Amino acid sequence: MKLRLFKQERCCPRMGPGCLSAGLPVVCLFVVMCQTTIMAVEYDGGVVIGADSRTTTGAYIANRVTDKLTRIHNKIYCCRSGSAADTQAIAEIVAYQLGFHSIELDEPPLVETAANLFRASCYRYREELTAGILVAGWDKRKGGQVYSVPIGGMLVRQPVSVGGSGSTYIYGFMDANYKPGMNKEQCMELTAAALSLAMERDGSSGGVVRLASISEEGVERRVILGNQLPKFSTH
Amino acid sequence: CYCHCECYSKPKGFFYVCIIYLLAIKVGCSVPAARKTGTTICGVVFKDGVVLGADTRATEGMIVADKNCSKIHYISPNIYCCGAGTAADTEMTTQLISSNLELHSLSTGRLPRVATANRMLKQMLFRYQGYIGAALVLGGVDCNGPHLYSIYPHGSTDKLPYVTMGSGSLAAMAVFEDRYKPDMEEDAAKQLVRDAIAAGIFNDLGSGSNIDLCVITKSKVNYIRPHDEANKKGVRTGDYKYKRGTTGVLTKAVTPIDLELLEESVQTMDTS
Repeated sequence: MKLRLFKQERCCPRMGPGCLSAGLPVVCLFVVMCQTTIMAVEYDGGVVIGADSRTTTGAYIANRVTDKLTRIHNKIYCCRSGSAADTQAIAEIVAYQLGFHSIELDEPPLVETAANLFRASCYRYREELTAGILVAGWDKRKGGQVYSVPIGGMLVRQPVSVGGSGSTYIYGFMDANYKPGMNKEQCMELTAAALSLAMERDGSSGGVVRLASISEEGVERRVILGNQLPKFSTH
Repeated sequence: CYCHCECYSKPKGFFYVCIIYLLAIKVGCSVPAARKTGTTICGVVFKDGVVLGADTRATEGMIVADKNCSKIHYISPNIYCCGAGTAADTEMTTQLISSNLELHSLSTGRLPRVATANRMLKQMLFRYQGYIGAALVLGGVDCNGPHLYSIYPHGSTDKLPYVTMGSGSLAAMAVFEDRYKPDMEEDAAKQLVRDAIAAGIFNDLGSGSNIDLCVITKSKVNYIRPHDEANKKGVRTGDYKYKRGTTGVLTKAVTPIDLELLEESVQTMDTS
């Protein structure tokens, strides 16, 4: 998956910081990426979603306080990873489509509908896009749901899902520590801990941890700053 | 890549990059073309509005094409946009969106919002998949207060209190990260932007000449060009011209040349 990202890397005319020192007139060109760590967990009554806050162009951090938890509808959010331009564009298109659909229905839309809209765009343009998205939210029919739409355009519902370049470091942690039947606070702690661990090890993830919980009552957002992150190593 | 360095006794930096370059061609990866952005642009949100700043150097490869070009473009009476990247792309993109935004504003009957300009720019740049090399800093004040966006050539945007773009962006961002405070006064904000652009001008080869500022508030726009002539051209103290009379004249002979008029034809201009 990482190799595919590299091969599809398109060029943007922004000077790479390392190239000046080489003395060559050649400039390295980079795409703005959200190679990140994102996570979504279901609990009885809602979902908890979390993400780091780093956006990079090559080795430079273009935005260190990014909000990767994007609102698609009142109670449906998505976590974005991959190319910043691609995911922002897709999220805005899906938000428009879902808003229109919701007005037609005169009802809040289903999370499964939102996930399918993402999947439709991501699968149709799979050769052109680099987008890994987690769709999570609450609806009346099935309660809290998490759907994963990775690069390539697959759609699968999972009780807990992680994504982004930093996710590879926390699969073991997730397998060991996730138990079905956790409540909201436990899910929040698990997400914060997992994201901190990933941010510690992955160079493309960092900054602050953004958390959100979506339930019947509404959306509650939290930010955990760098110095308040859970600590695991003593050195 | 490490094993390839053994043949070379020269400094590691230059040849290391060359080897990677050749290795990339051998493997079959597309090698990026050389294109220098050569700019420092930045913006900051302060208490009453936004301050946008830019240097004034336009480069063609390693040569300065324009020593005093204007990089802060008009979008609407309350919104201005700094442009880095290909000069033609930034110029045309901002003009197109400015025109569309004016039509939109006439249609809605309202002052345009910065978020609208941001949406129009990002959707156009995404449509062209990064081939339009325009990296923009968009700032303005509308009914919801002051807003500042950075827009990248592929169409991603960030809404932040302070942004920098261009080849000198790292130098300018260093100044911002050190001295930015929320809710600054106008003079403090102008000084901060001036110092950030100056950092870009003096530490980046692609940026230079003067510093332009644009201060946008709810009531007025102050386009200060130049705000600071950081690089004034020196005044020559000496002169290589020889004064008349340096060389002595020995003889002088004047021969008038007679021209004979052979033919005259009149052709009336078609003024209809």
